[in-house]
Amino acid sequence: MGRPGGRLIMCLAIPVKVIEVGADDTAIVDLGGVRKEISLALLADVQVGDYVILHVGYALSKLDPEEAEKTLALFAELNQAGMAA
Amino acid sequence: MKYIDEFRDGEVAKNLALSISAAVEPGRSYSFMEFCGGHTHAISRYGLSDLLPPAIRMVHGPGCPVCVLPIGRVDMAIDLALNHGVILCTYGDTLRIPASEGLSLMKAKARGGDIRMVYSTIDALQIARDNPAREVVFFAIGFETTTPPTAVAIQQAEAEGLVNFSVLCCHVLTPSAISNILESPEVRQWGTVPLDGFIGPAHVSTVIGSRPYEFFAEEYRKPVVIAGFEPLDVMQAILMLVRQVNEGRAEVENEFARAVSRDGNLKAQDRVAEVFELRREFEWRGLSVVPYSALKIRQKYAAFDAERRFNLDYRSVPDHKACDCGAILRGVKKPQDCKLFGTVCTPENPIGSCMVSSEGACAAHYSYGRYKDMH
Ligand code: SF4
Repeated sequence: MGRPGGRLIMCLAIPVKVIEVGADDTAIVDLGGVRKEISLALLADVQVGDYVILHVGYALSKLDPEEAEKTLALFAELNQAGMAA
Repeated sequence: MKYIDEFRDGEVAKNLALSISAAVEPGRSYSFMEFCGGHTHAISRYGLSDLLPPAIRMVHGPGCPVCVLPIGRVDMAIDLALNHGVILCTYGDTLRIPASEGLSLMKAKARGGDIRMVYSTIDALQIARDNPAREVVFFAIGFETTTPPTAVAIQQAEAEGLVNFSVLCCHVLTPSAISNILESPEVRQWGTVPLDGFIGPAHVSTVIGSRPYEFFAEEYRKPVVIAGFEPLDVMQAILMLVRQVNEGRAEVENEFARAVSRDGNLKAQDRVAEVFELRREFEWRGLSVVPYSALKIRQKYAAFDAERRFNLDYRSVPDHKACDCGAILRGVKKPQDCKLFGTVCTPENPIGSCMVSSEGACAAHYSYGRYKDMH
């Protein structure tokens, strides 16, 4: 990148869905509709269907859908309260 | 995209702001430091400071890897490219960092240095495979998120016998930087940076876990809330911090539980421990020399250490005299306090490192906030 005022590429990390697990610690993920090969050298036990946080070509951690739901539920509650007020 | 869009909902953000305002105790003010440049970016980009009540002040921290890289380290990379004839591979973010003699990696490239931007260490290894007759050096910078990929690259190079590959290691450690801020004389004695709590890094914490922050909470009595990088994550973390302060608690809480556990990513930690060891000291831009705050390559992998291989010495170079990056990185000054801000120093022509990307406080304020001060 290096675009003035842009975000640092090495700080960008996004949740992506694993669509294939390949040989040699690699996987194919869906990156906004585009298939991309990434490395699983840093993350154990990745399965097809998992969401992982992708960072500079490597999966860095798994995303826990239940925990994500809990956080979103908290926000939903807040919205209800906000609308009621 | 899933797990991104839901965390950017403007309505929820407004409701979170209302909850924060309601939680703020009258007559009390709250200063929180967001350590990470990613949070600085989110706060500026989504105008979160405008949503927050005036009692809450967000202080930008030193967690932008480009901002804390001292000039002397960029000089080493430029020296490799211009005087040792190597192919220097780097994340694109480092290209514009101002170095000595008005140079930057970008300008060194224009002078004929073979400097190549890579997205991943995987690409740097490929360049080494494709150019067996050339020396290929990866300029490795960043916190705990970029360190494991560098470790993988070094182990991979060893496994393949890629003898023309080496790494200029400039990886730094988040917990050391936080201690340094908490122990700096400004914070301890003068109280010029009255920090009431920290927003803990998102992706760094996926690797190191939440456990390392427990020490800060206990030792310095400061609440820490680890937060994701989306705007709702940041707002929710601020709400959690306000509640902790009100209740007199100083705990580590985890807003980013969807990706961060207490122990972090053990596989990544093992890789890092295998390849790197602590450096006795490392100079940071803004924090000066901080003991045991960075990593170097272990003796076992010495063949892949560009500092050893090319006999490089680190030379400390002072920042531009008028640049206030140092004070800004410690949370003591704001970008607007710098005389060069927005006139001499702009993202197009950065004088200091805080103006290079919008993770840096100066560029974030320039890109998203500078006009707000006018009315
Ligand atoms: S505006 Fe430029 S010169 Fe001033 S502190 Fe920020 S980066 Fe340094």
